[in-house]
Amino acid sequence: MSDVTGALAADLAPEQAKTPQARVTGAMRGFAQEIGALSAFRLESCIHCGICADACHFYIATEDPQYTPIWKVEPFKQAYKREASPFAPLYKLLGLKREVTADQLEQWQHLLFDSCNMCGRCSLICPMGIDVAALIEQARHAMFDAGLAPKELYQKAAHQQATGQPEASTEPYREQLLAIGKRFGVAIPLDKPEAEIMLCVPRTDIEHYPSAVAALARVMQHLGASCTFRSDGLVAENYGYYAGGKSWQRDISLRLIDAAIACKAKTLLVPECGHAYTALRWEAADLYGKPLPFKVRHVTEFLADELHAGRLKLTPAVTGKTTFHDPCQLVRKGGVNDAPRTLMKAMGIELNELRNHGGFSFCCGGGGGVLDIERAAPLRYRTMENKLREIDDTGAETFLTSCSDCRRTFDDAQAHFSWNKAPHSLLELVANNLAGAGNRT
Amino acid sequence: MDLLGFARGPALKVALAIFCLGVVWRIVGFALLRLRRDLNKPRTSTLKFLSGGVVTIGSRSWPHKEFIGRTGAGEALGYSYHIGLFVVVLLFGPHIVFLGSLFGFTWPGLPSSLITMLSVLTLTLFLAVLFRRVTNPVMRMLSNFDDYFSWFITALVLVTGLAATAHIGAPYEKLLAWHILSVDALLIWFPFGKLMHAFYIFPSRAINGALLARKGAIS
Repeated sequence: MSDVTGALAADLAPEQAKTPQARVTGAMRGFAQEIGALSAFRLESCIHCGICADACHFYIATEDPQYTPIWKVEPFKQAYKREASPFAPLYKLLGLKREVTADQLEQWQHLLFDSCNMCGRCSLICPMGIDVAALIEQARHAMFDAGLAPKELYQKAAHQQATGQPEASTEPYREQLLAIGKRFGVAIPLDKPEAEIMLCVPRTDIEHYPSAVAALARVMQHLGASCTFRSDGLVAENYGYYAGGKSWQRDISLRLIDAAIACKAKTLLVPECGHAYTALRWEAADLYGKPLPFKVRHVTEFLADELHAGRLKLTPAVTGKTTFHDPCQLVRKGGVNDAPRTLMKAMGIELNELRNHGGFSFCCGGGGGVLDIERAAPLRYRTMENKLREIDDTGAETFLTSCSDCRRTFDDAQAHFSWNKAPHSLLELVANNLAGAGNRT
Repeated sequence: MDLLGFARGPALKVALAIFCLGVVWRIVGFALLRLRRDLNKPRTSTLKFLSGGVVTIGSRSWPHKEFIGRTGAGEALGYSYHIGLFVVVLLFGPHIVFLGSLFGFTWPGLPSSLITMLSVLTLTLFLAVLFRRVTNPVMRMLSNFDDYFSWFITALVLVTGLAATAHIGAPYEKLLAWHILSVDALLIWFPFGKLMHAFYIFPSRAINGALLARKGAIS
């Protein structure tokens, strides 16, 4: 039995821990401290045109105005105007902007967590060029400070911050990782004192897709890469990021950063996990306080580079008509645009693209922690219908993606809708089509 | 001092002073807030970072094809009245004379009859914009006093300008005085409300475009 138990998370119920006024004070303090010139400019620039609604799958699916992305930060705009804007004294003196109330913030929990995947599609449509998703991320920090992070995200973040795992498990992930190696007949490089590449793993893969973990190990073994997983920095996900707990996000990132430094890694390889990529590639250095002393790369970027360098050769994949879901955190927010398609092309796959693909792809619906929030499920399913229709419209027999949380969201949809498609891992497809390694398809 | 003298004398001076100081303060007020350096290594070069910003200033002027079906009509309406306003403000002879006295140079204008037609068209578009704001559930929910007052004061300038040009309802000098007073009011209101977007729009687009380009993402 692991030292990771459910006891830690059991009593974490942030909503009960603070008085309503303390929630408001905490939220506004957190937001005011974090606002900065850039976000202030974003809030100042909004012209209330409402165009961002037309990018958001929650609005498109429901036509409910409350799901307009910029509306999701309305209390924070109100707080900024009252507390920190250039005319804040006037707003206060004349009572033009009221204090944000606890009731108001509680209502906004649904808008900031249950109905926002932080996918960033709204940031591509705003005619003023406002990065609405960045504002929502900051608003989540304030909600966390107010004790208003949804309990599922809060508890997982707390557990991960304290133990390294977002949830209790019967066996520690380290042992499960080794067991996966045995089961799939692949060596798991673990706790090497030195390695050029440090690997980490989504707990989603450990729990739901062990074949993806084996695929990563198999590909690295095939390439003869100097690499290792580390027991002291194993889990790729960052529930601090989802919950809005900035200091927890930092602590969780630091586990991986410290482990990578300890093994003198030159690269931290992020597996098929979109938000882990955002948290490590585009946010970790800011939380660390200095540039990271190693590169952070998504596994598809790494493999595309290996392909270009001639070290990786792939055999044609027999997938029939194929389509690909672009994970938002990798593509739209992360800039990993070409690597997945480079890999698919190398396997002879001709894609039948989704109507909205690449940077304009709709989110799977589960991102931003929404998949974990139980009460959000009915709305999530409603929102997903459009995405599933797009996939069906391609007529594809094979449906690939490169994020295990997206994969899990689609698997969940398959069960819910009795949908006739299952998402497959691009990494697993690569592992099954390594030239000279035998085709394992 | 008569009303016209007041409108284009002390009232205009005060309005211009409030406008200039207000605009500067509105920008300095948030620009002085903390600006943290992004410590995450960029994917692209500084050149791509900068060009991403410049390109987005232009590219965000029209929706991406993925969005156009949902937003094209609304954006076309929005841009149409803005273009109408610019033409009327910048290419009407008397405006050119006035602006020339401020800037020290003038430029060719359009015939008054054409400007009048354009003003009527722009005012019609203005009414359409207001209709849209109150009937579209998203816009109605987002709208506040600032939206309606900014609309009102801009429309007032258009209406008084048209009345003065067409000599409707009162002697020309009185109508002109009201027109200039409405401009004074607009200048005073400008830094306090959403009209500031005139100063924000291009830097805001550029910043978003540059930050996305830094990641190698589309903007």
